[in-house]
Amino acid sequence: MAKFLKIIPERCTGCMQCELACSWVQTGTFAPSRSLIRVNIFDELASYAPYTCFQCDEAWCLQACPVNAIAIQPQTGAKVVIPEACVGCGLCTIACPFGTVFYDPKVSKAAKCNLCDGDPACARACPTHAIEVVDADGAGWVESWGQRVQKSFVEAYGALAAETAATAAKA
Amino acid sequence: MTGGWTGKTLRVDLSRGVSSIEDTRMDWARDYLGGRGLGARYLFEECSPRTGPFRPANKLIFATGPLTGTSASCGARYMVITKGPLTGTITTSNSGGHWGPELKFAGYDLLIIEGKARTPVYLWIYDEQVEIRSAEALWGGTVWETEERIRREVGIPGARIASIGPAGERLVRFAAIMNDLHRAAGRSGVGAVMGSKNLKAIAVRGTGGVALARPRDFLAATWAKKAKLRTHPVTGTGLPTYGTNVLMNVINEAGAMPTRNFQQAQFEGADSISGETLGGAWSRQRVGEKVTEKELASSLTLANKACFACTIACGRVTRVSEAGRTRFQVTTHPHHWTAAGEGPEYEPAWALGSDCGVGDLDAVLKANTLCNELGLDPISMGSTLAAAMELYEMGLIRPEETDIPLKFGSGDALVGMVERTAYRQGFGNELAEGSMRLCRKYGRPDLFMGVKGSEFPAYEPRAIQGMGLSYATSNRGACHLKAYTVSTEILGIPQKTDPRVTEGKPEIVKAFQDATSVVDASGLCVFLTFGIGLPEIREEFIAATGLDVSMEELQKAGERIFNLERLWNLKAGFKARDDTLPRRILKEPIPGGPTRGCVNRLHEMLPRYYELRGWSKQGVPTGEKLLELGLL
Repeated sequence: MAKFLKIIPERCTGCMQCELACSWVQTGTFAPSRSLIRVNIFDELASYAPYTCFQCDEAWCLQACPVNAIAIQPQTGAKVVIPEACVGCGLCTIACPFGTVFYDPKVSKAAKCNLCDGDPACARACPTHAIEVVDADGAGWVESWGQRVQKSFVEAYGALAAETAATAAKA
Repeated sequence: MTGGWTGKTLRVDLSRGVSSIEDTRMDWARDYLGGRGLGARYLFEECSPRTGPFRPANKLIFATGPLTGTSASCGARYMVITKGPLTGTITTSNSGGHWGPELKFAGYDLLIIEGKARTPVYLWIYDEQVEIRSAEALWGGTVWETEERIRREVGIPGARIASIGPAGERLVRFAAIMNDLHRAAGRSGVGAVMGSKNLKAIAVRGTGGVALARPRDFLAATWAKKAKLRTHPVTGTGLPTYGTNVLMNVINEAGAMPTRNFQQAQFEGADSISGETLGGAWSRQRVGEKVTEKELASSLTLANKACFACTIACGRVTRVSEAGRTRFQVTTHPHHWTAAGEGPEYEPAWALGSDCGVGDLDAVLKANTLCNELGLDPISMGSTLAAAMELYEMGLIRPEETDIPLKFGSGDALVGMVERTAYRQGFGNELAEGSMRLCRKYGRPDLFMGVKGSEFPAYEPRAIQGMGLSYATSNRGACHLKAYTVSTEILGIPQKTDPRVTEGKPEIVKAFQDATSVVDASGLCVFLTFGIGLPEIREEFIAATGLDVSMEELQKAGERIFNLERLWNLKAGFKARDDTLPRRILKEPIPGGPTRGCVNRLHEMLPRYYELRGWSKQGVPTGEKLLELGLL
């Protein structure tokens, strides 16, 4: 069953335990700068948002790679970098529209979330359950997230937006 | 293989404009662990206790602990160790946030700042690359401005910055070092020492890691600890929901809330500045109550926030209310008045609130935000203002000396004076010297409420006997963080003891002081001691560093650190007669409330305390004690 990480930003307190756990898995030390999940801090808005690879269907990173160093892991559906094959050209980091494929200068290779073989360390480490592992088929969270975005959009643009949304819904 | 410590120390000589990387003295690290202990050891070795706090010869040491930057819960702390300008004692000021771990990731256990720069500078540390850069353009800026501009200048979004505001530049004796916008190494005026060195800020980015000696044991220990913290009523529910300000009503009901410069022990307006009021709809929603969107939108608390690797997340993200923005006029206009700030915690809420008799949350919140922005310690700020208010109401400070009447309860005086103090304008110039010097100047030194020059924090020592002894013997002057006996005397953690009884308190104070020294030295936050004890910390320490220390050795290390600080103070000229409390606390009974009639009976506790410590009647550690601790 394909899996991915559901992130609930409202629960995040910005403690970076996910970054610590991820860097531990990657490097065997606590080095948040090499974590593959990163917490964005918006101080003025009192908001913290961890973000990492969505394991998206299109997988632009995989398609962009000139040496086929990114593959799909059958058990989890995660798109993983094969370090032996990676030549460190960095094309995948540009191809990813979400900016969640990283380049690790210490080893000159691409690095991205591989879902820790189905048991992601970040989700385990999070003290407030802001990161959950969910099956990709039940991607219900996108809906609630979409509604929130829609709501703030409507607030900002009023009737015009509502009209557009209604037309879109009909179509 | 060992872990925990990085084994490197960065030394920056501002006078000569050079920096060097050296090996950390690991023989000292073994005896003093790190953080507060290791920093004190370096200061003891390298800096004369007789030097003036603002002289270039004074050193400013930033120290992380072996557990800083690991996944150990609450492992976010760094310590600032220097000679304090408020007290003249050794001072160890502690802060969380993300700056300390970043210093560790850059590869350093300690950062030692020496000398004095000729012109304003800031430090940019990117792993082993260290630059001393000009801060002429940043000088005068507030903390938030400074952080933003430096981050833009160095071009690394992940850089963490510790800086001083206008207060530190002007050597306000209780200026703080602020990091990550709202976190403060607050007390004892460490910001003024940084200002005296013409050092505006230290920006750090680290891309290295912290290694562990026994990874499997370490992760197992932290998992167990995390689960404990999450389920404990204080660290799992109380602190995340209401923040430290949850104490306001508790302490007030116990009749231990110092009010109007310690004239009363209960404040009628406590509830209006309490954690429950500050939390508002946000907190009510958290405990499962139904709240409307409208209520939530008007809540002053926006979220809770964690320091690095913290499970508790007690930080309050708040905003200044519409009324607060418009009612209290100040001339500095931080361009983030509408944005989220942090606090007030319990101590600031008390100092700026009940100690000044101000029960107006809008004013307290604005004053607290100003303190953060301008880099002031709100505890000393509030206490000094409270002393000034008493002097004013007695007629000793004449009305023409100050442009705002310093009446107890005046929100305008509170907000206005915070700003004037930071910029040393008008009467603020007097306040900037701290309460002890202010009261001396106006001929009433007995109205200074504190010990060794440091103002009392928010617990009435007449109502809580143990806190009196804790204040009197703390090595950096009155301080609640070196032996928090409130936890046993009021909260009942780990066991309830009677706050009115002096018997057994010297034992408790000594044990707490030694244990707290270990926590401070390891790089952890003292708040976790509500939920867990030294045995758990020991497990983590052993697994991280690979050093097999027994419980006794760990306690001994705490005792060693405390005694080393004491020795430093004795060399600086402090005597047993300085281990005392103000006349009001010892002689004047509390006028009303549940603790009516109480005074602090320090004389019943101090001799026994000296005896337990292995100190002579003059408060000097005996030769046997020093030998036992390896200090001779």
